[in-house]
Amino acid sequence: MNLLNARPMKTGISRRNVLKIGAAATALPLLGSRAFAQKATVKAAFVMIGTPDDNGWNYGHDTGRLYMLDQLGADKVETTVVTNVAEGPDSERVFRELAQQGHDIIFGTSFGFGDYMLKVAPQFPDVKFEWATGYATASNLSIYNAKFHEGRAVIGTIAGMMSKSGIGAYIGSFPVPEVFMGANAFHLAARKQNPNFVTKVVYVDSWYDPPKEADAARALLDQGVDVITQHTDGPAALQVLEEAIKQGKDVIGGFGQGADMSAFAPEAHLTAIIDNWGPYYTKAVKSVLDGTWAEGGFWGGIVDGEVVIGPYNAKIPADVVAAADAVKDGIVAGTYHPFAGPVVDTNGNVQAAEGDIIDDGEFWAAEAWYAEGMEA
Amino acid sequence: MSVDLVIAIVITLIGASTPILIAALGELVVEKSGVLNLGVEGMMLCGAVVGFAAAYTTGNPWLGVGAGALAGMLASMIFAFLTLTLSSNQVATGLALTIFGAGFSALFGQPYTGKPLELFRSVFPPDLSMHPILKVIFGYSPLVYFSLIMVVAVWFFLQRTRAGLILRAVGESDISAHSIGYPVIGVRYMAVAFGGAMAGIAGACFPLLLTPQWVERLTSGRGWIALALVVFAAWKPGRLLIGAYLFGLIATMELYAKAAGGVFRVLPSELWASLPYLATIVVLVLFSLRARGSTGAPACLGKPFVPAN
Repeated sequence: MNLLNARPMKTGISRRNVLKIGAAATALPLLGSRAFAQKATVKAAFVMIGTPDDNGWNYGHDTGRLYMLDQLGADKVETTVVTNVAEGPDSERVFRELAQQGHDIIFGTSFGFGDYMLKVAPQFPDVKFEWATGYATASNLSIYNAKFHEGRAVIGTIAGMMSKSGIGAYIGSFPVPEVFMGANAFHLAARKQNPNFVTKVVYVDSWYDPPKEADAARALLDQGVDVITQHTDGPAALQVLEEAIKQGKDVIGGFGQGADMSAFAPEAHLTAIIDNWGPYYTKAVKSVLDGTWAEGGFWGGIVDGEVVIGPYNAKIPADVVAAADAVKDGIVAGTYHPFAGPVVDTNGNVQAAEGDIIDDGEFWAAEAWYAEGMEA
Repeated sequence: MSVDLVIAIVITLIGASTPILIAALGELVVEKSGVLNLGVEGMMLCGAVVGFAAAYTTGNPWLGVGAGALAGMLASMIFAFLTLTLSSNQVATGLALTIFGAGFSALFGQPYTGKPLELFRSVFPPDLSMHPILKVIFGYSPLVYFSLIMVVAVWFFLQRTRAGLILRAVGESDISAHSIGYPVIGVRYMAVAFGGAMAGIAGACFPLLLTPQWVERLTSGRGWIALALVVFAAWKPGRLLIGAYLFGLIATMELYAKAAGGVFRVLPSELWASLPYLATIVVLVLFSLRARGSTGAPACLGKPFVPAN
């Protein structure tokens, strides 16, 4: 289960506020700030909620760690990975022990570690902490995240063009901003291709429950859905799609989440949204080596190479590939935005007028809403 | 609701219920002998990973089921040795078995993660198993028919055979059974072994029937539902079948209702998710009202038996 994407909805801390706090902090004279010295070697630790062999979220972080090691060299960086750490008081002990063991930088790769990292960080001012998908920083604690919803716009384009029934589905974990934001991005992109496209959103109330994810996929296929994307951590839904294709049902397919999942569903796997944390991990650890590490927040997307679209399935027609690539390139160039208006939600409220763009950060403070044509 | 949709729901609910039913049948026999084994989830995980490994390596799902049963049985023998021979606390030992099973399966499963498997499909010819209507009878994996046969077999064994009578006697009054010469510990060993094998098969259902892959914690807590189900069913195999399918129906209807949208969206997602547990509590309350505090539990459930020499 990875609750890392489960963001607080009641704290009132939006990304925008965080940025304001950050700006205020840098404006203050840096009282008691330490002069950063260059280091010959760095010890980096990664705390994970699951294990790297989940083929999804944790796998992505571990792949990023290995990339970083490769880039900076094993003679410069030594890494420690602690797996299966529950998001609770026990994680505080893990962070404290890692800091005491002389780690220079500690990555907490799950949202729920944040409270404990914020507690431990002030006790170890010389240790840098990095909180994945977090929302608050400290003088030695930074946050980093990825714009997964940009990838959702690309796969939504493919779904909109390829779906025959015009009904797609989004199997989500919990109705937290990250998830309904991704669902909206998927649906809005699909609607650009097929104005009558319908997206059924089904929450399975877990980040990780393969049997339930599979049953949700079965339920959706039985109700006319022919393309499914999931916002949970495993390939269970893809395997159901693969089975349906094998049985000769009229099913288009689905998409890998977090990592390339084509091994599980060679026919059904259309492409994947791959989390690529490697460049960020390299940058962060290198800044510790160089003595330039600074408090901050990083939210990378396709343009930063942090969100990557996997290889396209050979069965996707050339014009669909071209349209998907156009969306990808448009996002990189800044000419395409997943949340460009007009956007009207299911209650008839105008979320964005013609010509307006909903800022990505606005979702963090928002109650869940769904664009017209979604069933949630 | 169209006929197609009803058939689809029935097929999905039976698939979702089958592993729970198999594990609960095993646990029912264990508890009838007076032993409370809370390690169902752990034994299921052992069965799931070993079953996956065997089916993946040999390509034969039947061997996967057999290996899963063996793995579950071996895991249960650890529990049996500790609780029956050494008279350790059954609750603590059962919980330890669950933790052991989670750890063992994660370790053993390392080489198998990320490997796809073929599902254990219906053995009937496609004319029957893929028929739009008849598939509701013939479209299942052999594991589903196995679970139904076992409901009858367990009922028959407990109610209609001498061996079943002895097992129940051991569970109701171990001292009496011992004093008239029945091997209490031996009977309990066999019951625990059966429960372990059934839990192992239930675990093997996950990669063979539901999601053809191995990942850590694949059973996602279904073992605990199986335990609750035994109480829900008041230790009766027939009621266990109804209970398992009821649980499956609620879980499946949740997803179909969400997928259908519209009026079905009235119930919040969290309420749907808690319905099976609410149902258990309601049933327990009803039982205790009707039976004046007796839920039908075997009298010696969870008590260690130490024969006086």
